[in-house]
Amino acid sequence: MTDLDTLEHSLLEQVGGASDEAALDAVRVSALGKKGAVSELLKTLGAMTPEERKERGPLINGLRDRVAGALGTRRDALQAAALDARLASERIDVTLPLREAPEMRGRIHPISQVIDEITAIFADLGFSVAEGPDVETDELNFTALNFPEGHPAREMHDTFFLAPDHLGRRKVLRTHTSPVQIRTMRAVEPPIRVIIPGRTYRHDSDQTHTPMFHQVEGLVIDRQANIANLKWVLETFARAFFEVESVGMRFRPSFFPFTEPSAEVDIQCSRKGGEIRFGEGTDWLEVLGCGMVHPNVLKNCGLDPDQFQGFAFGMGIDRLAMLKYGMPDLRPFFEADVRWIEHYGFRPLDVPSLVGGLTA
Amino acid sequence: MKFTLSWLKDHLDTEASLETIADTLTRIGLEVEAIEDKAAALKPYVVANVISAEPHPNADRLRVCMVDAGDGAPIQVVCGAPNARAGMKSVFAPAGTYVPGKNITLSVGTIRGVESRGMLCSGAELGLGDDHDGILDLPADAPTGQPYPLYAGLDDPVIEINLTPNRADCASIHGIARDLAATGIGTLKRDAFPPVRGEGACTVPVTIELGDDPALCPVFALRLVRGVTNGPSPAWMQARLRAIGLRPINALVDITNYMTFDRGRPLHVFDAKKVAGGLTIRRAGEGEELKALDGRTYQLDGDTVVIADENGVESIGGIIGGEASGCAASTTDVLIEAALWDPKNIARTGRRLGVITDARYRFERGVDPAFVLPGLDLATKLVVDTCGGTPTQATIAGEMPDTDRVIDFPWTEVRRLAGIELSRAEMKVTLETLGFHVAGTGDRVKVLTPSWRPDVEGKADLVEEVIRIAGLDRIEPKPLLRADVNAVGPKLTVLQRRTRSAKRALASRGLLEAVTWSFVRHEDACLFGGGGADLALANPIAADLSDMRPSLVPGLLRAAQTNADRGYGDVALFEVGQCFETDQPEGQSIRAAAIRRGSARHGGDGRHWSGTAAVVDAFEAKADALALLTALGIQTGSLQIVAGGPAWLHPGRSGTLQFGPKNPVGWFGEIHPAAMKALDLKGTLVAFEVRLDALPLPKFKPTKVKPVLALSGLQPVSRDFAFVVGRDVAAGDVIRAAQGAERKLIAGIEVFDVYEGVGIPEGSKSIAVAVRLQPVERTLTDAEIEAVSAKIVAEVAKKTGASLRA
Repeated sequence: MTDLDTLEHSLLEQVGGASDEAALDAVRVSALGKKGAVSELLKTLGAMTPEERKERGPLINGLRDRVAGALGTRRDALQAAALDARLASERIDVTLPLREAPEMRGRIHPISQVIDEITAIFADLGFSVAEGPDVETDELNFTALNFPEGHPAREMHDTFFLAPDHLGRRKVLRTHTSPVQIRTMRAVEPPIRVIIPGRTYRHDSDQTHTPMFHQVEGLVIDRQANIANLKWVLETFARAFFEVESVGMRFRPSFFPFTEPSAEVDIQCSRKGGEIRFGEGTDWLEVLGCGMVHPNVLKNCGLDPDQFQGFAFGMGIDRLAMLKYGMPDLRPFFEADVRWIEHYGFRPLDVPSLVGGLTA
Repeated sequence: MKFTLSWLKDHLDTEASLETIADTLTRIGLEVEAIEDKAAALKPYVVANVISAEPHPNADRLRVCMVDAGDGAPIQVVCGAPNARAGMKSVFAPAGTYVPGKNITLSVGTIRGVESRGMLCSGAELGLGDDHDGILDLPADAPTGQPYPLYAGLDDPVIEINLTPNRADCASIHGIARDLAATGIGTLKRDAFPPVRGEGACTVPVTIELGDDPALCPVFALRLVRGVTNGPSPAWMQARLRAIGLRPINALVDITNYMTFDRGRPLHVFDAKKVAGGLTIRRAGEGEELKALDGRTYQLDGDTVVIADENGVESIGGIIGGEASGCAASTTDVLIEAALWDPKNIARTGRRLGVITDARYRFERGVDPAFVLPGLDLATKLVVDTCGGTPTQATIAGEMPDTDRVIDFPWTEVRRLAGIELSRAEMKVTLETLGFHVAGTGDRVKVLTPSWRPDVEGKADLVEEVIRIAGLDRIEPKPLLRADVNAVGPKLTVLQRRTRSAKRALASRGLLEAVTWSFVRHEDACLFGGGGADLALANPIAADLSDMRPSLVPGLLRAAQTNADRGYGDVALFEVGQCFETDQPEGQSIRAAAIRRGSARHGGDGRHWSGTAAVVDAFEAKADALALLTALGIQTGSLQIVAGGPAWLHPGRSGTLQFGPKNPVGWFGEIHPAAMKALDLKGTLVAFEVRLDALPLPKFKPTKVKPVLALSGLQPVSRDFAFVVGRDVAAGDVIRAAQGAERKLIAGIEVFDVYEGVGIPEGSKSIAVAVRLQPVERTLTDAEIEAVSAKIVAEVAKKTGASLRA
């Protein structure tokens, strides 16, 4: 065995024995560094005769290449092992629960959600949204809507009144959204197609009544809208709102001071185990009142009832919410109990639309 | 309004089934509320003969009975009734029968070792009363095997309809029959009754003294019947009255009640011997009172119309009679009154006195004026038929009001309003069957309304009459044409859109949407800037719901405390809704507000392995407010945030959001300790409130194109500055001053440290900012950067008195 063989054997043994990159680097320096054993040998080539160089050159260069190669291989292996060791120590417990994201925690109140649903449906039918104040005049809440003087609805036990002004006139908290019909007809030239969602108030408080509740009113005025159109609008709405192919509807003649003819509308449903389903069954559930706008109301808005005509309808938003989503009781709607809101509320990004469906 | 099927058939000749009649009633607007059909409910119960009743071998109080129910072999029944005995007739229910009084269904059972295959029943078990003394003990001639409801005359179903206030005419069974007849399911029986030919004049004079307002009692008719015997009314009449929930009293009183329901004609009867002198119809005097037939004493006033004699008030006109002159078994001479009263006055008086009677119910809706005298005659006939006696002629005071009304009616009105084509023949028959007279033959006819339909005033009312009888289900739905076929714009206004977006934006920040009352307690209203007299309810439903809310915050704060009291302390709530500054429409604003309590931070609340949430602070509320403005697309470039807010916020830990000093749009901060105390709140609470309707509207732009994006290829550089300023200097002022120093190059400024303490002079603080410079044309030289830095330092020093920290 030559001294080169001995050296190579020794170096390769050291490379193999290096247990980390620092040790390996020490071997590299001792072999290939400026003063390294192999470098020193390479330096001897310069003083050799061409013949000696021709013989020794390839041997020394070969030695250098093999040592360098072994160093590289060993370095890769050590680095891979070091990475493995690091990764093995870098473990997280992926089952640790996160904080719930804000957009998962937040909730939209069912009333807002249902108003958005109703708005989406009627906007698609060409309706805009009209609004009016909660504090209303007696004239707009009653008189202009053809309520006679002395009508029971105008009494203290039904209606909230505010303090009388210096002329003795008392404002009321609107008992329905219908005064906005008057405001709209007085402000806008027909054709009119609006829905009017809003808060309404009645002096009533028990299991199924709260002194404040929500209504949505619809108003269509032009020169031809009739009961046939009214039926179509309501059927279209009911199918879209309750998300069923068809809804059985029953129009019963009824009475409201501000419509003539008037009707109440029942929808067909089944009740099984406290659950109401629409589009099936044999029960009837009253959901809304409607009718052709009374000629006196049209006149009160400066419209000639022989020229203009149309219909109006009104329904309880809270009640629609209860029917669709199954809340058993009305009062918790206004109690701001976080457990109720979390349970019955809607996620913020579940925005109802007809494109994507009212509910997911 | 209640009636029985047989009673209806007195007026309607029909073969229609109960079901058809009920469906038809609902279909024409006389909504059936309930049908009580005892015959159907009690069908399995039969009259039975108790053949034997032997003592039970294993129980002293029980008997083992063999029962003949009329259909074969005797049936063994174990019975616990003390009155069970051999040879009696009673009522038997076989196994499988539902027992309404006990809410159970019978089954074959073994009672103390003896089999029992049914039950002998008491009235209470059948739901027919509350006798618990034992099983029903029927007369010996009761036919064994006959269904008990048939035997007991319970086979007359009771129908209850929900009468709308306009249909006074259907507060009468005759009127209901007329409506049904118009649908063709039967024929109205028009029994003619000849006028009563009384003997001699009525000896009791009647005077109407309502000089100022004769409409309060247009007409008052009275007749005396002498020599009556006022015993119980006939069994059939008692049965009908009982069936609709009235208690039979005596024949004279029962006849008035019967007439009230049968014909919608309320009457009153006085015992003539208890009436002193003539009768006067007048307003009550202040302080007058009446002990009425219901046993209550009513305090009357000048708005009450009464019938009085020399003794004083005897009856409240059209509402209730007095006890003193009422008819009893001893009555021999009776005065029968048939009058008309003013509906509004009756309604007002009835409400004020809190008295609900069948007479009031009809008079306040409107009673047929043409039926005053026929009604009096019919009542007289019933009295004479039932109680004997001799009637006098009628005394009539006042005048019959003229109720004739003619409506000019084009037949096309039905198609125009209802969207249905009906034949003229059908429409004419309908109106005529309902009692209208139709004159003329062309496209337009004259329609005379009947006296019993004060509610029919115009063409639209006639359309309703025609289509409700035709059936609304015959109107085919037709699509509503859009009025906006050419419109492409949004359906919502900017404010409506923002109101909706605000809810979604706030919910996305982990807040729960609450809907709280529009009214708050007076103290809360005052504390939050309201409480004015114009927004106080005259008749609040509860003391804590008395004033229209000036702000959304008090309702949310109280809701937070309620939740905390339930054990949910870390709550984050918001509401978007109306607030009230004046009672005018423009005094109503739409606001968004949120509150956070405890550690309910945007990032999460309470303890967590990743770090425990700190208690909320004003910046949490500020973040909510600004997130809202951003979500609504508000350009916040000119938004100012200044220290301080409304009085309910902590003065040092609150801020106001404004677009100029005269245009505040909202505020945020920690709740003032005094407000916390006043509202009885515990813990830490922060809030913000923004007036959505005060926010600037988006500027109209002719194009939706966004500005050109100019990206620089040059590296930005950042320089840090630590300014020492007075403690009261606002960071915002430092930033604004720095920004103002160099408009072109500064791309952003961040405050990365605020420090007070060692190394900083007393009364001062250090604000450290990082200023990012974005070169535009070429890389900045060190000298240029130094120059910009010097400008920044100089400008901040000038505006805020700052010096660079050593």
